[in-house]
Amino acid sequence: MVLDDPAARPAPQARTDAPWRHDVKKEDLKVIGKPIRKVDARSKVSGLTRFADDLTLPRMLHMKLLRSTQAHARIRHLDVSKARALPGVKGVLTGNDLPIPFGILPVSQDEHALCPDKVRFVGDPVVAIAASTEDIAWDACRLVEVDYEPLPTVGSVHEAAATEEPRIHDYGVRGNIHRLENLEFGDLAGGFAASDHVREDTFFFEGNTHLPMEQHATLAFFDRDGKLTVWSSTQTPHYLHKALTRVLHPLPAHHIRVIACPNGGGFGGKSDPFNHEICAAKMTILTGRPVKIALTREEVFWCHRGRHPVLMKARVGVSKTGRIKALDFQSYLDGGAYGSYGTASTFYTGALQTVTYAVENYHFRGVRFFTNKAPCGPKRGHGTPQPRFALEVLLDKIAHDLGLDPAQIRLDNLAPRDSLTANFLRIGSMGLGPCIQKVVEGSSWKTRRGTREKTADGWIRGYGLACSSYLSGAGLPIYWNGMPHSGVQLKVDRSGLVTAFCGSTDIGQGSDSVLGWIIGEVLGIDPLGIRVVTSDTDLTPVDLGSYSSRVTVMTGNAAMQAAERAREIIARGAAEHLGVPPSRLVFADARVFDAEDPQKGVSFADAVIAAESRYGTIGTVGSYTPPKTAAKFRGGGVGPSPSYSYSAAVVEVEVDPATGVYRVPRIWVAHDIGRSLNAAVAMGQIEGGVYMGLGEAMMEEMAYRDRTHKGQRVFVHKIPSLLEYKSPSTLEMPDITTYVVEDPDRNGPFGAKEVGQGPLLPIMPAVANAVFDAVGVRVDEIPVSFEKVFAALEAQKNGKPGRYGPDNVPPVDFGDSLKVKTPWQGGDGTAWNEPKRDKKAAR
Amino acid sequence: MLRLPTFTFHRPKTAAEAVRIKCDHGNEAMYVAGGTDLYPNMKRRQQTPTHVVSLGEIGELRSIDVRKDGGVSLGAMVLLSQIEAHPYLRQHYPAFVHAVAEISTPLLRNMGTIGGNLLLDTRCTYYDQTHEWRESIDFCMKKDGAICWVAPGSPRCWAVQSSDTVPVVCALEATVDLVGPQGARSLVAGELYRDDGIQYLTKKPEELLTRLHLPAPGGWQASYVKLRRRGTFDFPVLGVGACLWMSGKTITKANVRLGGAGSYAIPAAETEKALVGRELTDEVIAAAGALAMKPARTMDNTDLDVYWRRKVAPVYVARALQACR
Ligand SMILES: Cc1cc2nc3c(=O)[nH]c(=O)nc-3n(C[C@H](O)[C@H](O)[C@H](O)COP(=O)(O)OP(=O)(O)OC[C@H]3O[C@@H](n4cnc5c(N)ncnc54)[C@H](O)[C@@H]3O)c2cc1C
Ligand code: SF4
Repeated sequence: MVLDDPAARPAPQARTDAPWRHDVKKEDLKVIGKPIRKVDARSKVSGLTRFADDLTLPRMLHMKLLRSTQAHARIRHLDVSKARALPGVKGVLTGNDLPIPFGILPVSQDEHALCPDKVRFVGDPVVAIAASTEDIAWDACRLVEVDYEPLPTVGSVHEAAATEEPRIHDYGVRGNIHRLENLEFGDLAGGFAASDHVREDTFFFEGNTHLPMEQHATLAFFDRDGKLTVWSSTQTPHYLHKALTRVLHPLPAHHIRVIACPNGGGFGGKSDPFNHEICAAKMTILTGRPVKIALTREEVFWCHRGRHPVLMKARVGVSKTGRIKALDFQSYLDGGAYGSYGTASTFYTGALQTVTYAVENYHFRGVRFFTNKAPCGPKRGHGTPQPRFALEVLLDKIAHDLGLDPAQIRLDNLAPRDSLTANFLRIGSMGLGPCIQKVVEGSSWKTRRGTREKTADGWIRGYGLACSSYLSGAGLPIYWNGMPHSGVQLKVDRSGLVTAFCGSTDIGQGSDSVLGWIIGEVLGIDPLGIRVVTSDTDLTPVDLGSYSSRVTVMTGNAAMQAAERAREIIARGAAEHLGVPPSRLVFADARVFDAEDPQKGVSFADAVIAAESRYGTIGTVGSYTPPKTAAKFRGGGVGPSPSYSYSAAVVEVEVDPATGVYRVPRIWVAHDIGRSLNAAVAMGQIEGGVYMGLGEAMMEEMAYRDRTHKGQRVFVHKIPSLLEYKSPSTLEMPDITTYVVEDPDRNGPFGAKEVGQGPLLPIMPAVANAVFDAVGVRVDEIPVSFEKVFAALEAQKNGKPGRYGPDNVPPVDFGDSLKVKTPWQGGDGTAWNEPKRDKKAAR
Repeated sequence: MLRLPTFTFHRPKTAAEAVRIKCDHGNEAMYVAGGTDLYPNMKRRQQTPTHVVSLGEIGELRSIDVRKDGGVSLGAMVLLSQIEAHPYLRQHYPAFVHAVAEISTPLLRNMGTIGGNLLLDTRCTYYDQTHEWRESIDFCMKKDGAICWVAPGSPRCWAVQSSDTVPVVCALEATVDLVGPQGARSLVAGELYRDDGIQYLTKKPEELLTRLHLPAPGGWQASYVKLRRRGTFDFPVLGVGACLWMSGKTITKANVRLGGAGSYAIPAAETEKALVGRELTDEVIAAAGALAMKPARTMDNTDLDVYWRRKVAPVYVARALQACR
């Protein structure tokens, strides 16, 4: 008997009765919000979790990639014969073996697993070799002869703007411009004319990388039945499955199984399908033996997909009281060698400025260039930390120009809850005000800032504040389709065991546990007793992946729906068995009982038996599709989300005026999470975000060596190692005071919003603002390294402006803007000057 | 994963046997103490011995002895963490112990030895890279190549002296014992090093460092100040070792050595001169510190900006002198 007939289900959008229970009272919750441990915690801390690199299979081969030594070159000739002849070598692949290109976004299928004719950065893979040992594979790589014909190298946005030819890719807008966007909301000129104070500045945010502790690894096995299984450290098994299907054509999609192993950290660095994954898959098909590849730390730097270096120019017009009348924002992204998520990244540098503060009129121009660097992509905060840095520093400057408290200017500009922004993003719950108040009070901001208090060793204290917002999942999937973004299947067993199947991937953030908590809450059972089966494309329904902070909201909602459906069936069975109406039954403490007579009840397992006896095997499904977006203009697909989280932070710094060296003793951070599903895990995410943000603020950078040798330019990552790519240690980690602000949102499970990415965002601008508060100099560039503070102090001493930062952007013709009327101008979300497009392209 | 190349591992029981094995295999062999420097270098193929001679089972290299004059002799295989925890050393050689405690991380100090630290390979961000990286940029003269990336016109290598203890040990005028095929000899620490990134030691490759002798305490004050980006892990990009001999309040002799600023611990000679015969007042300290900018030969081959490192050198030298008060 089909108990859960999909055809009989109401469409999710039709439910207007706040289906995700955001308004449930805290005291009515048994699991949600409690600091119970993660479902996989003990395996993790005792070292039993098996990561991809822990896997072995009998007769397994080891694979290595030979990577380009050139930043930009044509492959004139490739000779692998000596490598092939080395005893122990079992398989050699070159670009010819994998001719079909792939890429995460349908609009930029620009990668090859092995470069067929041209290399685009030092680290681009050229040959894959599998051998009986890793050492032999490495030695064999040294025997490959590659003859390169060097091409001119493009190393920065300025160079890319000035280099029409050669093009790094033969697609894109023109020259080395990959994407170009120009969107105008409202009346910019009018907004600036109505402003009392206008300020413009240029900012730079250097690229940095994710630095997950786990280096990427993949194991692939093509069995005798023609089925391929790929175990990998990936955040997006579904997208990897799609890429494999494409590249391995004609192998049918349903013969490919991707299992995402527990990730030892991802942060966005494992969300693209990677060349090493595809090579491992191809190699096992070629050799018939299991093939493993485990990347070195240096290779992780080549995978990259981290923070784009972004040069920005921002102009803000405000009234006397600091109200934002107009914002003109330009971003110039250094995309590196491939498209990756870059199209989305470009839009993200413009999308979320309006979600924190009510911006009356807004103009965004963004351009992404190809350069000969490791490809950039999504890193925690994807595309939004750079503009956030610029905007928050600029607001700080404006507050100082006008003699206003930087906290107050933000409070005065807050975007209203339940509103549409100038660019048609739908804000639901909005707890930024309380976040600001929390950190202002906690840090004694009002009395301590601007005092330039001296420490015992003569360093000077300063305080900086900044805010931010982030989305709880992208409103649209990466490839256009009308299917759910997340699906959950529940199997309810007569033993009382509930098993949840879901394609979501735990990257350490706790998404497996989220499934357990939500199902446990709805069914009144111990979440640690639930079995969670995730991220296996053969066994689990599709979830799009662990990116854009989407999992808690989307998987959570799907889990809730599946659990409620199971509850309904079990309640019917138990009701009949107990002789009480189902509506009176309570599910709690692993029992199902009569609300009016709690003694009258059965154990959860017995309730399942009662239901299974009557209705047969119990299984339910749940799925989630985000609400339709209000933005209908081209480019409006990036930015919409079911809900937005909010964060505010105050950073304390102590600056050594003699050297520019500074330390960060304390940080206060508040985050509006909607509802905290688990206090301990939420705090962990917030503090992890602060840590990562501090690294970006103080030291992390993808620096490149740019030299000339034998008449040729040498352009390579300067420091691709854990020792020399500087990231803070535990000793740099300040004391953090964390405030979890809860403003439940209608669109999240129990009102939950994201927490994985948002809390990172305010840290970088808050550090820069704090340095200014301490010693009166501005570093308009990330990282705010000691040398830059020193340089600004020196400039100040010599009577020049106490500032370090960029002062120009490259000349780019952005063409005409797409013009969109704001909601308060009566706009309907379309661009009034947009050429007609067919419906599909409009997405 | 980065893997070690294959090699033969020897475990001699005595210093003499170690020297003999080393001599048997010549350039193909290297000593290993804690391996925290050598093994990473081997993984990156910067050093490629096919015979590795472990000093781990030579008991005579493991002792810490307080001499009759109150000075201390340390065996080369004494662990850095043993030094940190040694009550006598902590009391009488705080600057030396501080330098040791500033080395990398607790884990590394549990493996790393004082001998290995004194003989630590010089460092350079063009050299401390994997084989693949060095291949992509083209190998430099310190390993496999012909040019120097840091100073392309230069006939020599400018790799950086990066041990934290060396500037202190040199400033203290400690001595070291070496054992070679021809027998044993002793050197003042400063004489162990040369101003060259490749041939940074005066000792012959087969000579084994057996002991370090610290001078008896009394009559001098020493200090060590380290500049690095983070509070742990990082090698010094400037390490100032200072030792001042006093008669009453007057400085009779001054040794100031700059580590992390060149291929050996460079004497800040002008600074030293400006101190002798003076009292350690704020003015004297500032003036003496300012004279340290010139000898700091920073190059663009470590962490942090090359010019900045040079400009702040006076501040750190002054702080080191301050710490001698
Ligand atoms: C991540 C990292 C960070 C580090 N940070 C620092 C730092 O901040 N400061 C610092 O000073 N060092 C640092 N080091 C370097 C190193 O760990 C230490 O210097 C350590 O003391 C080296 O000792 P070892 O016993 O491990 O040396 P080994 O690696 O065993 O030997 C080092 C060298 O000395 C030779 N050798 C060793 N003992 C003898 C002997 N008795 N006679 C003759 N030759 C010998 C070896 O052949 C080798 O060439 C760091 C290393 C790493 C990996
Ligand atoms: S200083 Fe020059 S020769 Fe020496 S290691 Fe560095 S690049 Fe090579």
